[in-house]
Amino acid sequence: MRLGIDVGGTNTDAVLMAGREVIASTKQSTTEDIATGIVNAIHEVLLTSGVLPGQIEAVMIGTTQFTNAFVERRGLNSVAAIRLSLPGCQAIPPMSEWPEDLAAAIGEQWYLTPGGYEYDGREIAPLDELDIVRVGQDIHKKGIKSIAISSVFAPVNDAMERRAADILRQHVPGCDITLSSSFGRLGLLERENAAIMNASLTGHAEKVVSSFEKALQELEIHAPFYLTQNDGTLMQAEVVRELPIMTFSSGPTNSMRGAAWLAGVSDALVVDIGGTTSDLGFLSNGFPRESSLNVDIGGVRTNFRMPDVLAIGLGGGSEVKMTAQCQIGPQSVGFRLKEKALVFGGDTLTTTDLAIAGGLADFGNQENLSALSRADVERGLSAIREKLEDAIDRMKTRPGDVDVILVGGGSILVDENLKLKGVGRVYKPEHFSVANAIGAAIAQVGGEIDKVFSYEETPRDQVLAQAKREATELAIQSGAVKASVKLLELEELPLAYLPNGAVRVRAKAIGDMAFSAN
Amino acid sequence: MQMQFEDIDRIAEGAAFLGTGGGGDPYMGSLLCKQAFRRYGAPTIVDVQDLDDNANVYVAAMMGAPSVMLEKLMDVRELDDAVSALERYTGKPADVILAAEMGGSNSMLPVALAAERGLPLVDGDGMGRAFPELQMVTYHVMGVNASPMAMANEHGEVVLIDARDSQQTEMKGRQMVMQMGGRAAISLYPMSGADAKRAVIGGTLTLARDIGRALLEGRAEGNAFERLLRFLRGTEYYRHAEVLFEGKITDLQRNVTGGFTQGLCEITGSNDSDTRMSIQFQNENLVAYKNGKLAAVVPDLICILDAETAAPITSESLKFGQRVKVIGASVPPIMRSQAALDVFGPQAFGLKEPFVPLETLISPSGTDIQNVAND
Repeated sequence: MRLGIDVGGTNTDAVLMAGREVIASTKQSTTEDIATGIVNAIHEVLLTSGVLPGQIEAVMIGTTQFTNAFVERRGLNSVAAIRLSLPGCQAIPPMSEWPEDLAAAIGEQWYLTPGGYEYDGREIAPLDELDIVRVGQDIHKKGIKSIAISSVFAPVNDAMERRAADILRQHVPGCDITLSSSFGRLGLLERENAAIMNASLTGHAEKVVSSFEKALQELEIHAPFYLTQNDGTLMQAEVVRELPIMTFSSGPTNSMRGAAWLAGVSDALVVDIGGTTSDLGFLSNGFPRESSLNVDIGGVRTNFRMPDVLAIGLGGGSEVKMTAQCQIGPQSVGFRLKEKALVFGGDTLTTTDLAIAGGLADFGNQENLSALSRADVERGLSAIREKLEDAIDRMKTRPGDVDVILVGGGSILVDENLKLKGVGRVYKPEHFSVANAIGAAIAQVGGEIDKVFSYEETPRDQVLAQAKREATELAIQSGAVKASVKLLELEELPLAYLPNGAVRVRAKAIGDMAFSAN
Repeated sequence: MQMQFEDIDRIAEGAAFLGTGGGGDPYMGSLLCKQAFRRYGAPTIVDVQDLDDNANVYVAAMMGAPSVMLEKLMDVRELDDAVSALERYTGKPADVILAAEMGGSNSMLPVALAAERGLPLVDGDGMGRAFPELQMVTYHVMGVNASPMAMANEHGEVVLIDARDSQQTEMKGRQMVMQMGGRAAISLYPMSGADAKRAVIGGTLTLARDIGRALLEGRAEGNAFERLLRFLRGTEYYRHAEVLFEGKITDLQRNVTGGFTQGLCEITGSNDSDTRMSIQFQNENLVAYKNGKLAAVVPDLICILDAETAAPITSESLKFGQRVKVIGASVPPIMRSQAALDVFGPQAFGLKEPFVPLETLISPSGTDIQNVAND
């Protein structure tokens, strides 16, 4: 038996699952202290199901708390950023391209010191341990407790970052340290940004994770608990204290995975139609397709894996202009639907009005829609479908039909009995309202490597085999059932211009958490 | 003409387009420019024809793997070291700075160096695009030697190569850049103002800026492709510009041959899944075939852009499933002379295709000529 929980800005949802079966679910308000909302939600599902706290094997929590805190610049630590790169990389110091208010919020304290590696693992300069001591003393004197360390080519070798951290711990008592090598990808600036962002959130993470623990203790649930991370896999709660930013995009990921699970498919396009926009995301193999572009979070450039989500201006509140073209959105009456839409006695023709006039939904006062001609309703509904079909086509990676899972309050706009162009089956699963919590409950565990190899020194097939083996071992170390582990990604990127066959290899393996079926 | 701070992002965007897949992401270079402008003010841009015949013109660039530059961030100090070393060797102080290529990150670095040194910058380069090797530039085509060349790295180490010709400079420099950490700042092709007047392709810096401006403003207005094409067609160099294809990347092969990223990108049509475009690249995009027929070939520009945002995509960040538009554009006549084609035409990259100008390929009658030529 496992518990999936989603702590959003507004609601805290919980689902209780045994194997593939949903035993109970609930939606409660998120509370200021977070813990009370979780206690309320868990209490409710235990009560309705009659399940005892001792029967819970694991608790999986998805949350957008950390993303929101960073974007809103709320409760961030002062951070000291240390870059091991001298004599190189002096021109663009840490945080130099951050939004000013954000840099000011975390103190803009940085140090450059000798160190770093070449692409082939040679040292650029040895670590200057005395200088690290000096930096540590300065940080201690300034009263800063959060430190981010980055080093050139740390994904190739993280020894210097680790050694510097050891020294700093002796000179800055009780400090939290984030290493850039925790965020595997190449790209010093983006990786360093991730480390600094993370360091700014460790205080908040401590508070949030402690309140999760407190809630579970209060309910006498002693099972291990996990948080879901960006790619839909789980991380131990202990790891979240150290790496809170790994949860940054878990919201859309859990929602997509939960929707797919409810529909019973693993490859599909999830279309979440809200009030103002529709978010489209692609699931392949049960995991969201990731964006290939650099992602700005709160104005900071990162190289995070984020789900590739396309947002279009189509929702239940989208305004409709009956011109020759029949224009749908992007303007929306948003949360004021219940006063602005014609069907509620308002003065604005919205997509919801069209859906009701077309018989796709039944609420509000239909008499308010009597002025709409049959032809206009048909024209409007087909304009909505065309807009959606176009967006679906934009997300497709191969020709042929794709299955679509329609979720969200705005899904009433689409008649699933009519064929959508380029779409195979259309699913409209029930219980979508707790899809996020279900997404958390069904999360898997993963292991990942990202390293530079030389194909001249080691033949390609041996390198790839080694990469797969290392990723698989990491997944098993993280708690995956050995037999269930499979390779999710394997990517090679030759390092251009280097004649000795230097290639960057990325591999990621995932597997199921160990669970009994009840 | 004084450069403006806003020009930096525009040049970066335009240079990403002109990079035709290679040359590295200009983002880091744009950060260096912003810092240099804030500290030292913006440099002056000069028309190449206005140079004094006796002026000492120094080319500044970065050589090496774009992937290494992601980690070992570039620094204007290293460029300055390379130029200073070359000044000591030749005994002639630099009067003006010149870019080698207007595509990718090498478009931005000379801008930052000129600002920091307080020297004017030539509005021009040696290709109006990006190429992978040192000799692939009009300076070499017009008889200027790449040597003497100075290379510098972050340690303040300097290596001087004085080879017998540009090809030899490339070969020796390529070996040395490995030793120096995978990438190095270089200064090469030292030339007089008189040489520059006949060897430089003038106006490409302001062209990159204006291409970038069309892309950035068009993106904000939602008509980036229209703005881009309209602008290109109004220029002297790139006036034959066309959307060659639109579709999704359905196959991608990348591997290392001879120290380059070589590969093949296959795009399947958006409107008709039976149509295909395949693009072969060696860092830069070299040749495009539509349904097996030649559609564009180097040195003409073949650019892959995000179909939605019109953001140019480098070969390293091409990804399976991306929706893209491919744009082809002509290059200046100096780039299409027989002497130029010998250096960076299709044969220089081992392609069997003869060079056929884009404007011939896109006109219906031109396609017939091409079919005959292929038979």
